[in-house]
Amino acid sequence: MSTADTTTTRAGAQGRKAPAGERVADWADGRLGIYTLAKGGMRKIFPDHWSFMLGEVCLYSFLIIILTGVYLTLFFHPSMNEVVYHGSYVPMQGVRMSEAFKSTLDISFDVRGGLLIRQIHHWAALVFIAGMMVHMMRVFFTGAFRKPREINWLFGFLLLVLGTFTGFTGYSLPDDLLSGTGVRIADGLVMSIPLVGTYISFYLFGGEFPGTDFVSRFYSIHILLLPGIMLGLVVGHLILVFYHKHTQFAGPGRTNKNVVGMPLMPVYMAKAGGFFFLVFGIIAAISAIATINPVWELGPYRPDQVSTNAQPDWYLGMSEGLFRIMPGWEISFAGHTLVLGVFIPLLVFGAVLTIMAVYPFIESWVTGDKREHHILDRPRNAPTRTAFGVAWLTLYGVALMAGGNDLWATHFHLSVNSVTWFVRISFFVGPVLAFIATRRICMGLQRRDKDKVLHGRESGIIKRLPHGEFVEVHEPLTQEQLHTLTAHEQPRPLALEPEVDENGVVRKVKGTQKLRVRLSKSYYGEDRYVPKATAKEYQEITSGHGHH
Amino acid sequence: MKKLSARRRHPLAAVVVLLFALAVTGGLYAAFAPAESAKADDSAQSLAIEEGKKLYAVGCASCHGTGAQGTSDGPSLVGVGAAAVDFQVATGRMPMQQQGAQAPRKKPVYTQAQIDQLAAYISSLGAGPAAPTKDQYSPEGADVAKGGELFRLNCSQCHNFTGKGGALSNGKFAPNLEGVNPKHIYEAMQTGPQNMPSFPDSVLSQKNKKDIVAYLDEVNSSKSESPGGLGLGGFGPVSEGLFAWVFGLGALIAVAIWVAARTAKAKKS
Amino acid sequence: MSSQDIPEETLPSKQGEAHEGAVAVAGDPFADPGLPPHEHRIQDIDERAAKRSERAVAFMFTLSMLATIGFIAAYLAIPVDKNIYVFPIGHVSAMNFTLGLTLGVALFLIGAGAVHWARTLMSDVEHIDERHPIEAPSEVRAKVIADFHQGAAESAMGRRKLIRNSMFGALSLLPLSGVFLLGGLSKAPGTKLRHTAWGKGKRLVNQNTNQPLRPEDIQVGSLTFAMPEGMKEEDHDFQNQIAKAALMLVRLRPENIKDKKELDWSVDGIVAFSKICTHVGCPINLYEQQTHHVLCPCHQSTFDLSDGGRVVFGPAGHALPQLRIKVNDKGYLEAMGDFQEPVGPAFWERG
Repeated sequence: MSTADTTTTRAGAQGRKAPAGERVADWADGRLGIYTLAKGGMRKIFPDHWSFMLGEVCLYSFLIIILTGVYLTLFFHPSMNEVVYHGSYVPMQGVRMSEAFKSTLDISFDVRGGLLIRQIHHWAALVFIAGMMVHMMRVFFTGAFRKPREINWLFGFLLLVLGTFTGFTGYSLPDDLLSGTGVRIADGLVMSIPLVGTYISFYLFGGEFPGTDFVSRFYSIHILLLPGIMLGLVVGHLILVFYHKHTQFAGPGRTNKNVVGMPLMPVYMAKAGGFFFLVFGIIAAISAIATINPVWELGPYRPDQVSTNAQPDWYLGMSEGLFRIMPGWEISFAGHTLVLGVFIPLLVFGAVLTIMAVYPFIESWVTGDKREHHILDRPRNAPTRTAFGVAWLTLYGVALMAGGNDLWATHFHLSVNSVTWFVRISFFVGPVLAFIATRRICMGLQRRDKDKVLHGRESGIIKRLPHGEFVEVHEPLTQEQLHTLTAHEQPRPLALEPEVDENGVVRKVKGTQKLRVRLSKSYYGEDRYVPKATAKEYQEITSGHGHH
Repeated sequence: MKKLSARRRHPLAAVVVLLFALAVTGGLYAAFAPAESAKADDSAQSLAIEEGKKLYAVGCASCHGTGAQGTSDGPSLVGVGAAAVDFQVATGRMPMQQQGAQAPRKKPVYTQAQIDQLAAYISSLGAGPAAPTKDQYSPEGADVAKGGELFRLNCSQCHNFTGKGGALSNGKFAPNLEGVNPKHIYEAMQTGPQNMPSFPDSVLSQKNKKDIVAYLDEVNSSKSESPGGLGLGGFGPVSEGLFAWVFGLGALIAVAIWVAARTAKAKKS
Repeated sequence: MSSQDIPEETLPSKQGEAHEGAVAVAGDPFADPGLPPHEHRIQDIDERAAKRSERAVAFMFTLSMLATIGFIAAYLAIPVDKNIYVFPIGHVSAMNFTLGLTLGVALFLIGAGAVHWARTLMSDVEHIDERHPIEAPSEVRAKVIADFHQGAAESAMGRRKLIRNSMFGALSLLPLSGVFLLGGLSKAPGTKLRHTAWGKGKRLVNQNTNQPLRPEDIQVGSLTFAMPEGMKEEDHDFQNQIAKAALMLVRLRPENIKDKKELDWSVDGIVAFSKICTHVGCPINLYEQQTHHVLCPCHQSTFDLSDGGRVVFGPAGHALPQLRIKVNDKGYLEAMGDFQEPVGPAFWERG
């Protein structure tokens, strides 16, 4: 119990020998300075909230992907040499296929546990990117991207984009009919780029599609280049999380200048360490129960064959949807072709992602807020940001839905053409409606918070007063609750400086400044918030006729 | 009572009510929605008439014309052959319940004996593909791997890799081939029912067809193996993505809530 | 009997009662009351409950060990190709199912044990860490800026412009060697995208049977896939060639063909169209024989084969290229030349 206080220091160690563990630590400290590092880190405080663990879901699935991926490289042959299959899966015997496809069949049928590792690898990849999306949304809707965390937001965004491309290159490696079709589509997209598209396509595939090079090229991109960059970004992301200290929700005792929670050693070592095993365990169990990418059913790639249900993994479903709903615009002039029907969705795909990457900078410019923020916003208290986020998600969701329009059609007995038209319209209308509705809902929730603060919580208990009136008893909130509900800021919008200054000189107001003020009003303007309950209002109500 | 009314005001009460309402609505819809396979017209059963022509006059002539020459409601049946009749009637597609984008598979109205009589009558009007013999469509002795290659070349574009079906334009669809009698698959290739193109013996030999039937029997029947576990419908990445989000991420978030939740405090009584 | 009924005097020393960080201002009902006092868990005050937790954690760790042993046993004992029926999943690989579940259980229980341990037995007293501004104090900033200026001045970078400029020149030129090295990735496209394996006099070979096709083989309503004669699956460039040459043949009643050129290029209503979608290159052959439409399974571009392969729906930008065919004197179908326009997706140089 009390040994921690009486352990011998290095200076006092002459008397008796320090425990072996300490001696090892002393040795390492003399060379690495680990004590100085551990001083700040070992009892680092992390706040408890389930949504703060979403990032860990991503981190752990990333580790699982690396572990299983290394195992798979021991058996996978990244080669497009053609061979005839004579392995143990009967419906493929005698079929011509690339070595890449054959080795994937061998991993699935002849390597003990190979199928399990393949499935863990692929399921973990889907969960990894889904986790990144949800994590990013948590950070977005709580405003955790604000100063000083904008760079970490960008790191996370890059991880999402690189994760998507790593996923796509990995999905393409088995050289099966589904992934080959996906690569064919990617080739078509690249070719639509004006001026250089054809060249990029040729230099990517080593000549005409499909050629015999893309599997080995994608392989080095998939297992070396992209994961290497991602590993660096993950490390940087984590260092910054440590360095900035975690954000927290408002609450009693929680301020912008502190962080309240449990120490890393021992609670978070056990919780976060344990969570790794939980994530791995769940993904392993899923891989035992549900099959993913059964390449033996898909068959080897042939450019003249195809199957319906030709979709990419979900994280590219949004871009797939954009290509499905675009009308076929094509302009030919002076011996050249501008393939707008393909090139515009390609640009829109980039734009949809980029707007999220730069959002923190847009918001800080609009609001003019240059302070550090460590207390998270409740989404309702930032209605415009929340509405923008929901509109973005709606756009994403609509496009994702379009990516599976054929399955919506068959499963709900609809016409695929009507589904496509529905999505074409919703692509423009949906986000606008979502924006308006969300902002209204946020205002409603703010109003409810105010009522709660002033009148207490509706208890559901009906009381009959002596004169016969029925009233519902409202329970007053505790001071903790009152503080939590009123802790948020309600900033005022920026105002234009008067066009004529005090000396009567007319000054020019720049257009960007006008835009900024207009946007600022849409964030913080009069009808964008419900004024918080004030102490005066509260006292008037509570001291007057009591609560009813 | 007091407890219930207090809980009614619980912050999560609205969520529970909403979920309950959704479950009830969904359940009611499932219970009352018009079933996919419309009930066979029992009255047709009672009209058991020995001759195909009489059967035809009662069950088919209203759309296909009294001489099977076709009307605005149904195509001519002269020369479609016994295989087409067997396919359409034995899979319940004909007689059609109502005009629509496509006649779906349903419980057959006629017995096999009646179907054979109908087929004999239609064949007498003009020569067409005859119904295949068991030897032609039985999966025994077929080359499954070759069948797979042929399936991916000729069929999977509409019916999916393993014949799970897919969408066509304007509400039409290629049906799921699971549980379809091999004979009917063979006949469909021969005759090209509805919007499906035909694959006559001159372009897809009898052996080819037998191989395809055998491949489907291997990968899309109740005894098909799915080594990796649940097949998730065999629809590829869409169902996989849905599964990863709902069950993968769903389970992980449920666990995260447990990990981060506060441990119950001891309450002093 | 409930372990919750603990008399007050058995409680350990009351921690955190001091309302840490309280800044309550008299009269402000919304003031921060500070961290609430720490409340004890059952395990903190009842050793029996703590023991129960301890046993639960140890039980989970022990089960995990058993699961790992099960994993090893399954790995050694189960044949790799054995299939079993598991309700309601279906006929699954015994190996995958057992290994996955034992591994999953072994991992999950380690995690669950650790988390249960942390939640019930490790201290749950909340701690406060102070934050410090990320940006440096102004004196540190001033020192760094001064150091930088001193360093820059000592390097004479600003003064000796010749060195500076030539260094920038050398550094910016150097990466060009890397760019040129990438040139080895491919040869220039040339006119490869404009030509396919089709040519004058090449017979149309049925891909199912590898036999040359005759007009009478193809019936109205049927769908046939053909490749140029002389092409074999074993060829080293088969994949590249079939990616452009893939062909579909359908027969329409000549009176149903709306496009005059299409009719001219057909043989008795037999028309040959490229099978490669003009959108982004998927093989497009979802042929609806009653409407004469073909649909692409990838992005639902729909083409009307009775109207010159015109696009009727979806994202494709131009019609499907048609191959001009005829019957030769031996009665076989043959091409009258290559496609007259590039097949497949459009590209900048297509024109």
